[in-house]
Amino acid sequence: MQQDAEAPPAAKGTARPVIEVDRLSLTFQTADGPVYALSEVDLTVNAGDFVSFIGPSGCGKTTLLRVIADLERQTEGRISVNGASPQEARLARAYGYVFQAPALYPWRTVERNVMLPLEIMGMSGAERRERAARYLELVNLKGFEKKFPWQLSGGMQQRVSIARALSFEPDLLLMDEPFGALDEITRDHLNEQLLRLWERTGKTVIFVTHSIPEAVFLSSKIVVMSPRPGRIIDVIDCNLPPDRTLDSRESGAFADIAHRVREGLRAGHSYDD
Amino acid sequence: MTIEAVGSAPPATPGLLSRVFAGRAGPLTVVCLAIFALWYAGTVWLNAPLLTDRYERAGESWTFSRLVDDAMAMERPVLPAPHQVAVELNKSIFGRKVTSKRSLVYHSWVTLSSTLLGFAMGTALGILLAVGIVHVKTLDRSLLPWVIASQTIPILAIAPMVIVVLGNIGFTGLVPKALISMYLCFFPVTIGMVKGLRSPDPLQMDLMKTYSASGTQVFWKLRWPSSVPFLFASLKVAIAISLVGAIVGELPTGASAGIGARLLVGSYYGQTVQIWAALLTAAAMAGLLVAAVGGIERLVLRRTGARP
Repeated sequence: MQQDAEAPPAAKGTARPVIEVDRLSLTFQTADGPVYALSEVDLTVNAGDFVSFIGPSGCGKTTLLRVIADLERQTEGRISVNGASPQEARLARAYGYVFQAPALYPWRTVERNVMLPLEIMGMSGAERRERAARYLELVNLKGFEKKFPWQLSGGMQQRVSIARALSFEPDLLLMDEPFGALDEITRDHLNEQLLRLWERTGKTVIFVTHSIPEAVFLSSKIVVMSPRPGRIIDVIDCNLPPDRTLDSRESGAFADIAHRVREGLRAGHSYDD
Repeated sequence: MTIEAVGSAPPATPGLLSRVFAGRAGPLTVVCLAIFALWYAGTVWLNAPLLTDRYERAGESWTFSRLVDDAMAMERPVLPAPHQVAVELNKSIFGRKVTSKRSLVYHSWVTLSSTLLGFAMGTALGILLAVGIVHVKTLDRSLLPWVIASQTIPILAIAPMVIVVLGNIGFTGLVPKALISMYLCFFPVTIGMVKGLRSPDPLQMDLMKTYSASGTQVFWKLRWPSSVPFLFASLKVAIAISLVGAIVGELPTGASAGIGARLLVGSYYGQTVQIWAALLTAAAMAGLLVAAVGGIERLVLRRTGARP
C-alpha cells in the first residue's frame, strides 16, 4: 500500500491487520534476576489505525514498541509486522521510528538530518533535497534547512525528527513518547499537527505516551497497560470526530473515554507500591 | 600612571590596569617578564662560581657589577643569558643561508619533515588500530593491553635500536626517525579514537538500526563524525610528541642534521648557547604545530555545527 503524503485517509472499513501480536512475552535477564517486561500480550493493529499505548513507567509500552521495531526480541510468543517477522519488516524499511529524544546528529544541518535515511536508502541527491524540503514544510520548518540542531528549540528539534521519520514515506509510524520532554503548550500544538498529518496521510501510527489527554485526543484505539509484569489491561476504541480540535477535550465524549482509561490504569494497581 | 585605577577613580570607567588585565595580553606579559627576571638572576647565580674561581686564580679583585657583566658574556656559560640566546637565534636563523649546515632553519626543516611524516603515519596507524579495536571483539581484548604496554618502554632506549636495525637493512635518514615519531604518536590517537568511535549514544545507534543501515554506513555516517572532536584532541597531543620523537630519533644518527643533532653537537662542545637556541626553536615549532592543528580543528568543527 503505497501512499502519497497528500493522499486521503485510508478507508476504515477494510481493516487489514498490519501488526499481529500473539501471546508475546519478554523477560530481561539482569544481574538481580529476571525482569518480566511483557507478559502474554495479544494485540492487533489495523492499517490506518492510530493506536496509543498508555500506562505508567515500567509497564513495557516502550518495550512492546521496540519489539515491533525489531530493536528487542521477544522471549515467547509470536509477532508479525506486515505479515512478516519484525526483522524482515525492519530490513524492508517498513516503519519510521520517532524516539523520546530527537536523536538528531549534531554535525548535520536540519536538512541533512532529514536526508540521513534517504542517503542510507540510496536515493539520488535531487530527490533527497526535494523530499527534505517537502517534509520540513509539512512540519512547519521551512526556512530552517541550514540551521544546526542546537540552534533550534526542543519542540522544533522533535519536529525535525518527525520529518526525518516521514521522509522515506513508511506506511507505519512508531512514536515513543515523542512529546514527553516538551512543555505543554508546544505539546498541544504538535498533537494537533500530528492529528492533521495522520488524517491527511492515513498512515498507521503507534504512539507511546503516559498522558491520558494526549492518548484520547490522538487515538482511534487506546491500549491500556500495567506494569510488573507488563500486560494489556484494556483496549478502548476511541472514535472522536476526525475534525476534532484541542477544544474537543472539554466535550463529554472525551471525558467519558478519559474516565475509562483512568479506570483501566487504576485497575492495573499500578500505583500500589 | 595607573594609580587612578586603584583609588579615587570613578568606578564606572575601569583604569588602564584593569583593562589590560581583562584580556590575555596583560597576564601574558607579566608571566614573560617574570620568566626573564628569573632567567637573568639564574644566569648570574649559576655562572658565578666559574667566574669567581677564575678571578681568584688570576688574583684579580672583582665587584658585583663586573660579575654580572661577565656572567652574561661568557663563551660557554652554565646558563646563557636570554639576550645571548637571542643573538645566537638571530645569527643562525637570519644570518645564514637556509641550506647551510649552520642554519637553524635547515635543521628545523629536517626535524619538521620527519615530525610530519611520523605524525601522518602515527595518525593513520592509530585510527586503524582504533577501528579494529572498536569493531572486532578479539582485537578489543588482545590489542589494547599491548598498545598500552608499548608506551611503557622508554623511547630513549628503543630509538637507537630502531635506528641501527633499520640502518643495517638500508633505511637511513627520514624514515627511521619518522618511525620513532609514529611509535610515540599513534598511542594518543588510538586511545582518543576508541573513545570517539564508541561515543554515539544508544539512541543514535538504534536510529541507524531502524534504517537497517550497513556497518559501513554506520561507520561513515555516525561513528566517524562523532569521533572527530576526540580525534582533534588526540592530534594536538600527537603532533607535540611526534616532534619529541623526531628529535630523539636524531640523537643516535651520528648527529648529522636536525634539531636533535644540533643539541648533541652543542653538548659535545659545551656550546650551551647553541643548545638553548635549538631548544627554543623546538619549543616554538611545537607551539606552532599545535596551534596549526587547533586552527584546523576550529575550521572543521565550525563547518560541522559546533557552537561558536
